[in-house]
Amino acid sequence: MIKKIFYITILAFFLQTSPIIAGSTGSENLKGSKRTSGAAGECFEGTSRAVFNFNLALDKAIFKPVAKGYRAIPLPIRKSTGNFVGNLRSLLTLSNNVLQGDFSGAGNTLGRFAINSTAGILGVFDPATRLGLAKRGKEDFGQTLGVWGTETGCYFVLPVLGPTTVRDAFGKVGNVFLDPVYQVTHNTEVDGGIGNESYSEHNYFIYRGAGSVDFRANNIESIDSLEKNSIDFYASVKSLYLQDRIKKISNSNSPIETKSDNDWEEIED
Amino acid sequence: MKKNFFGFLFLLFFVVIIPGKSDAYSSDPKEFISNIVDEAKKILVESNTKEFKTKKLSEMALKVVDIKGIGFYSLGGYRKDLSDAQLKEYMVLFEKYFLKSFTSRLSDYSDPKIDVLQADVINPKYTMVKSLLQGTDKKPEVKIDWRVYTKNPESPLIRDLIIEGLSLAKTQKEEFASVIENNNGDITKLFITLKEFVDK
Repeated sequence: MIKKIFYITILAFFLQTSPIIAGSTGSENLKGSKRTSGAAGECFEGTSRAVFNFNLALDKAIFKPVAKGYRAIPLPIRKSTGNFVGNLRSLLTLSNNVLQGDFSGAGNTLGRFAINSTAGILGVFDPATRLGLAKRGKEDFGQTLGVWGTETGCYFVLPVLGPTTVRDAFGKVGNVFLDPVYQVTHNTEVDGGIGNESYSEHNYFIYRGAGSVDFRANNIESIDSLEKNSIDFYASVKSLYLQDRIKKISNSNSPIETKSDNDWEEIED
Repeated sequence: MKKNFFGFLFLLFFVVIIPGKSDAYSSDPKEFISNIVDEAKKILVESNTKEFKTKKLSEMALKVVDIKGIGFYSLGGYRKDLSDAQLKEYMVLFEKYFLKSFTSRLSDYSDPKIDVLQADVINPKYTMVKSLLQGTDKKPEVKIDWRVYTKNPESPLIRDLIIEGLSLAKTQKEEFASVIENNNGDITKLFITLKEFVDK
């Protein structure tokens, strides 16, 4: 464990100082961009667009049909599945609450986990909310890096995993080390003789997959509508992804705090 | 004859003038959004045809949305490079594009239940109105914030919808910038893309 924390610290230090994390690739300047919204630059847009199209095809062939099938399951079962996965996911949030120095958030996450894992029968139900411990946002290591002041870096699209930035890609690696669910499932599988040191993540991937299906099922219509009404779907998804990350890093639900009015001022003249 | 004339005026008052009053929206931003939500609900009932919904939603949008302002905003810094003729062409195209996109997004909802919660004044020009679209079996609840432009306090207009913290106007602006930049700054390619969208 100490070794893993050491690796994460080295990774974080590298990100704070690395030139590849600079705010933009400079491609916007080369193109004489007149964007004023502060969007992250592209790392390699042509490749990202190709990967994006591949992901879309994969979604239409596999993920969306699976999500539709999942939605045919009665709502209480879906809700319980979402609660169960969300409860496990909160352990990653807890690690990141602590790393961000958000001890109030950590207390909330820990309290919710304790109550929902016991009174809520392994997280299937959510009595913590009724007891006054409201659900707060999820945290991940990419957000933690953002809170620590790491720049976004350029934007690109990963196969299957979807949109990301340099900072968030490193964050995804950090998540694996920081997620207690990964540690438990990995070690249990190694000890139980399932897989080996280099491949023993079956249960972890099932857990992550369940979370993704739940998310996709909740967003079938909104993603369809976005695609239908976009003139450049790739750019829409990029914009939404980056806005969402800013919102999550600022830990704010108020658009007044996260959306600057300056953007609108230019139309006044 | 005189009686008939007054009868006609009386009828005219109820048939033309009174229904016309339903188009008067409140100048209070929260009430204004409530008026719009109520009107949209009436339009979006399942029994109405898609054509009817599209027509009525378009009429409503023309009255309550600052389409010109959003059009300028979506163009960003490129607006200053346009000639007057190009700007005029753009605004005609943008209005068609906006109405099609707006009505298409809203038509997907039937009988939406939206609670208008509170209004926060940001400054004399903007008020943010918070609302909540209630969840259904298929969709989770969604927070919707309305950026209301109040420069003319008597006649507020919507400039942006912020859904779960994500601005639709900003997304559109990024999209337009992407189309222009991927065509080496040629703004006419944006016009072509908008036209294709409107015609499809």
